[in-house]
Amino acid sequence: MGRKILLVTTDQQRYDTLGCNGGTLARTPVVDRLAAEGIRYERAIPQSVVCMPSRSTILTGQHPSTHGVWMNGVPLPVDAPSVAEVLHDAGYRTALVGKAHFEPYVDPFMRFTENSMSRTGTTPPNGTHRGFEHLEFATHGAMGFLHYARWLQQEHPEVLGQFYPAVDTDFQVNSAGGGDTGAPQVSVNEVPREWYHTDWVADRTIAWLDSLAAADDWFCWMSFPDPHHPWDPPQSEVGRIDWRDVPLPAGYPETAAEREKLLDAKPRHWRLWYDGTLVSNYEAPAKWVPATLTADQVREVNARNAVECELIDEALGRVVAAIASRGWADDVDIVFTTDHGELQGDFGLLFKGPYHVDGLMRLPLIWRPAPSALVTPAVVRAPVGLVDLAPTFCDVAGVERPSWMQGGPLPANAHAPAPERVLTEWDSELFGVAVRLRTITRDGCVCTAYKPGTVHDGSEGELYDLADDPLQRENRWDDPSRRSLRDDLLADLWDAQPEPRVPRLQLEAPV
Amino acid sequence: MHIARPPEEVWARIGDPARIQEWFPGIVSSAVDGTTRVITMASGLPMPEEIVTHDDVQRRFQYRITAPMFHEHLSTLDVLDAGDGTSVVVYAADASPSTMALVIAGAAGSALEHLRDTMEGAT
Repeated sequence: MGRKILLVTTDQQRYDTLGCNGGTLARTPVVDRLAAEGIRYERAIPQSVVCMPSRSTILTGQHPSTHGVWMNGVPLPVDAPSVAEVLHDAGYRTALVGKAHFEPYVDPFMRFTENSMSRTGTTPPNGTHRGFEHLEFATHGAMGFLHYARWLQQEHPEVLGQFYPAVDTDFQVNSAGGGDTGAPQVSVNEVPREWYHTDWVADRTIAWLDSLAAADDWFCWMSFPDPHHPWDPPQSEVGRIDWRDVPLPAGYPETAAEREKLLDAKPRHWRLWYDGTLVSNYEAPAKWVPATLTADQVREVNARNAVECELIDEALGRVVAAIASRGWADDVDIVFTTDHGELQGDFGLLFKGPYHVDGLMRLPLIWRPAPSALVTPAVVRAPVGLVDLAPTFCDVAGVERPSWMQGGPLPANAHAPAPERVLTEWDSELFGVAVRLRTITRDGCVCTAYKPGTVHDGSEGELYDLADDPLQRENRWDDPSRRSLRDDLLADLWDAQPEPRVPRLQLEAPV
Repeated sequence: MHIARPPEEVWARIGDPARIQEWFPGIVSSAVDGTTRVITMASGLPMPEEIVTHDDVQRRFQYRITAPMFHEHLSTLDVLDAGDGTSVVVYAADASPSTMALVIAGAAGSALEHLRDTMEGAT
């Protein structure tokens, strides 16, 4: 019997939303305890700041250029490499419960397995799908074809109308506001807590674990759709945090003049989006103008986001207790992370897009090794990537790391070898707007080069010193005193680019 | 999409609006009544359409989706003679909202690949 693995992911969660990372809004005692017992990473970085490419990186252990999911709406090929398949082949029982999103959601033709499986059950027709023998899918609400939506439709149809409609009548991300402040994607949801997707994901995870034999080795990816917008947690829980008491985040410039000055020092798409004159990607509401965001709206969004983080923590606590009740407590590695962050008021912005700053790039990552492994608790400050998760799982399971994995095992302490650099990329081509970013994090700096597109000519970039500018307010791209540093980082960035997939995969849906 | 079969043969497969479910994965049935066609997708959603052009000479088929979720739509399917006993099939879709054009185009691209594979495999 080997070490079992529980991978817990959330969606669009910031680093600073956890108590163990200094967060003060949400109470997260379960994750905080895992951090105290394990390894807490202070700079975990995604290889993409949107869902499908980033999740594909977690599964494949490859950068987006290589696995080929270059933007949301590009499906990961069914035969793509998968760490779940490696573990399944090694004898592990495997499951994915919750949000997968390796395939597009907007799929009326039901071309993709994630959408069609809810009709046929939880076991793939061919035994496994992407290496998982059990799959139960959920996303942010009651729309769509996934298991959670179908369960609600069948068991609790009376609450279907409570969930915020993620898209509007034009099939754009909804910009409608609600709550007390009219903030976009905020809505009152009277769904009972036990029917909300956070608890459903935990319930279905526990049910699958209960189906296993005591001696089974297993890998379970439990994937919560929250705290990704819409911010519509069960209304019964919203009173936990009064948004009026929520302090404005450090990254929120309180005056329009300050916001505009900061944005004007960055490549031009920042300000263009803020002013409502450019929509570069599908992931933020196209009809919402960030310049209209108010301080109270930021407070209300952050309050509701924190409530969602608390619900996740409590749901995780139930799963951890269920694991203990099976007698597995000493033999389970638990990894807690997310796919990417959320701007959540930084620079006067919400949501996400081609913006490689901490709000989207600095992620929560906790690895609590199985207690039986006797790993000393640690804090790792060196940058690591989500691309490093798959190799880590191979090491935990004691199986050889496949050569197609591009990362390395996570360092288990501050002195263990860490990646020399961490890379992040962005490519989007949507409705005539093309944006391409390549980013390197190394030596305490984040450096982003902009490839030519429809907004940038290839000369723009961003350079931030994380030590003396933790909020990335001062773009030093054109600072003569940093020129040699910039040149060195860029040379390394281009030298280290991962092998691209050829031919390029096709965009097949907006998301 | 290039298909290594004669255009007459390709048109015989895709030019009949009542047989679209035979080559377009994700469409499970179709019912044609004059210039109206209603397809049913694998999700169970019905999609009413107006047949705009059905030209056996030019080998052109055009249709508009008339479901309310589309503000505008026109898809055009042409089977062109490549001159060497093979065909080029062009499936063009214009739609508003533009997000739906992406969905139609993605599914149509996949359908053409399926058509090519089945027709070329049938030699």
